[in-house]
Amino acid sequence: MMWTIRVRTMLSAWVVLALAGLLVVAGCGSAPSTQGAAGQTITVYSGQHEQTAQMLVAGFTAATGIKVALRSGGEAELANQILQEGSASPADVFYAENPPALEALREKNLLSPVDAATLSAVPAAYDSPQGQWVGVSARSAALVFNTAATSEAQLPASVLDMAGPAWKGKFGYAPTETDFQPVLTAVAKLKGTDVVKQWLADLKANAKVYPDNETLVAAVNSGEIATGLIDHYYWYRLQRELGPDKTASALHYFGPGDPGSLVDVSGAGVLASSKNNAAAQKFLAYLVSKPAQTIIGTSDSYEYPLGSGVITSQPLRPLDQLHPPALSVADLGDGRSSLAMLQQAGLL
Amino acid sequence: MTLIGRRVPLPLLGAGLVTAAVVALPAVFVLAEAGGVGWAQARTLLLRSTVVHLLGSTAALTGAVTALCIVVGVAAAWCTERTDLPGARTWRVLVVLPVAIPEFVSGYSWVSLTRAVYGFGGAVLISTLSLYPLVYLPVAAMLRGRDPTQDQVARSLGLGPGAVFRRVTLPQILPALLGGALIVGLHLLGEYGAFAIVRYPTFATEIFTEYNLGFDPGAAALLSVVLIVLCVALLGGETRLTGAARQARIGGGAARQVSPVRLGRLTVPVLAGFAGLATLALGVPIGSLGYWLIRGGSTTLPPASIWAAAGYTLTLGAAAAAAATLLALPVALLAVRHHGRLTVMLERSTYLARALPGVVVALALVFFALHYVPIVYQSAPLLILAYAVLFLPLALIALRATLTQIPPGLAEMGRSLGRLPITVLVRVTLPLLGPGLAAAAALVFLSTTTELTATLLLRPTGLQTLATQFWVYTSGLAYGAAAPYAALMVAVSALPTYLLTRRIDPLSASAT
Repeated sequence: MMWTIRVRTMLSAWVVLALAGLLVVAGCGSAPSTQGAAGQTITVYSGQHEQTAQMLVAGFTAATGIKVALRSGGEAELANQILQEGSASPADVFYAENPPALEALREKNLLSPVDAATLSAVPAAYDSPQGQWVGVSARSAALVFNTAATSEAQLPASVLDMAGPAWKGKFGYAPTETDFQPVLTAVAKLKGTDVVKQWLADLKANAKVYPDNETLVAAVNSGEIATGLIDHYYWYRLQRELGPDKTASALHYFGPGDPGSLVDVSGAGVLASSKNNAAAQKFLAYLVSKPAQTIIGTSDSYEYPLGSGVITSQPLRPLDQLHPPALSVADLGDGRSSLAMLQQAGLL
Repeated sequence: MTLIGRRVPLPLLGAGLVTAAVVALPAVFVLAEAGGVGWAQARTLLLRSTVVHLLGSTAALTGAVTALCIVVGVAAAWCTERTDLPGARTWRVLVVLPVAIPEFVSGYSWVSLTRAVYGFGGAVLISTLSLYPLVYLPVAAMLRGRDPTQDQVARSLGLGPGAVFRRVTLPQILPALLGGALIVGLHLLGEYGAFAIVRYPTFATEIFTEYNLGFDPGAAALLSVVLIVLCVALLGGETRLTGAARQARIGGGAARQVSPVRLGRLTVPVLAGFAGLATLALGVPIGSLGYWLIRGGSTTLPPASIWAAAGYTLTLGAAAAAAATLLALPVALLAVRHHGRLTVMLERSTYLARALPGVVVALALVFFALHYVPIVYQSAPLLILAYAVLFLPLALIALRATLTQIPPGLAEMGRSLGRLPITVLVRVTLPLLGPGLAAAAALVFLSTTTELTATLLLRPTGLQTLATQFWVYTSGLAYGAAAPYAALMVAVSALPTYLLTRRIDPLSASAT
């Protein structure tokens, strides 16, 4: 029967194709992990802006001859992956977006001390208190507002005021973002547990929840909501994508010492299980060096460089004109306490 | 009912057990991790008002979307396979294509189009539009492989088209329909991305939060146990409904030209319905991609590596389709041909991983690979295995539905003529299973091309697929640069969809 023959031909063709596919994939799959005979390769797990990370890796390889296998992903997924991998992790370096991801690894003794010279290239306030990871770049919490819906003059000096009934339905935030946790912890540390409970209760009653900062900043720009709590660079990235003529929003920084003025750090650490500790330390040293910090200061990630005296060339309010609250990285913890607060408030 | 049915060939039983063991890994991992959580933490985690609320919202969404997918999927399948719908071949491709559009793409397109999609209604709309092909494909394969003369006989005996559908067609497509509905329901339990975008929190959202904010695998695992319980409930429901429904016909195609049902005056409304479906499910996301391609500030010529990414997506998809279909085949044969309590339980157990969020399945494989076979860690074979575990149920429902239509007598006759079981399998069962195998492979391939979570965690370092590159750009808000990758994702899936709907068209074959 014609039909049966066709099906059989199709099946055998398919089996051959699939087997060939398996072979090809297996071949290609093993290719990236084979080390070049010329030099050493380190593996970097990066939760950072991918294009910037690629530029940094290229600069590092050009400077040292050490090759880098770059593995990009969400910082939380990568941290969970390393927690599962434990001492068998193939990663040499973890380059995160926020301290909690690094602190979660430090608490499980999965990080090793960073070279003192590397730590000293960055102001001590931005490094791990135990010297287990180094701060590489920083971002500031800020309020993005739709310029048609409200004006700078109407905006308060404290993020605490944004939860009140006056802003009901006009303030958005993303509680499941790793960027929101440090702000919440800052409120708790600076104002006490009673204030943070009330603030969360007010947020629940009045504010709108967004899944992530990318969605939130776009919603403010489109006028869907008047204001939103984000990190500054989300607005710059959106502006770059839309162009100035379609940008209908602006950034407002909260007052000096306010929890909403928090400056948060992206850092990197070397895994305790790394078999390439020396090369991994060199990568960290490179990240805080002048060339790398210049890449960060000029890239599309729009973050603040922290080390080696590099000042950003992006149109950002300079880092020394920000007035963050006096909180150390240790004060911000590993994020578990802020998760508990969110769950108790019924927000998660 | 006996334990394992009649005369089970031991190699078949062995192969089925291997599949079940592999697919059970994530569930075993979840139970082991959850076991490490203390009672006090377990109580605070599970007895929260949020949890009750999320259970309700997850159940409401699952019920509504599954029901809608059945209506849309079955109606579309019947029209393209049984009526004189103009352009049926084109519609067959178009109605399947939405499966190739990642839910984070369709979710984002809808949100940028209208704010009305936030919340329950939007979540139902977007999920239905991307999931109904999971009902359409197995039902269409079933209708295609089924002898249409029964419909004609029923019609000649005076039944109207509605009655023919209800009394003849529906009972025969029921296994395919229920299988598809089951997959839709399980998918909804574990889905995260689309619901996060339209702000409809479900249980899976909560599990992601435990990982993302708490770095607490134990708590995430404990919440995943709840999903396993919900999954077992769905499986139990489907088992009861399916029962021992078995359909059989004699002969592999009965090579008879059957005149399709005439739509007549209904042609225009039905065509309008198909056009509307295609506009909502395909037009909106593709239109939004086009917009970003033209207007996005980051739009540049995509780098040459886009072709490499497309190549990896294709080969990974083909390999995953092969692996999942091969793993599913013994399970389907056991469940249908050797129907018994043990074989049914074995088949049911392979669905468990489908209800777990991708991140849970991926982390489970991270754990098992590193502890037992470290050499495969972050290699392509492990990633392919992950796809197979995640999407095996898709292959299974397609195979199971088709197998129930093949009379077991044919294979028994082969064996009575002295052929080895394996010869009978290759010469008799597999050719008859053609449409089912094709639908199985297509479903797995299409789902693999858009998979992101497991791909990010398990891919070989440095390997980029279209989905991972799309994610890289969108997470940097560079929608213009991301759009070509999503467009290629759809294009890569279009080709196999088209070929599959053509090659297994029994009408074109029986014309000779």
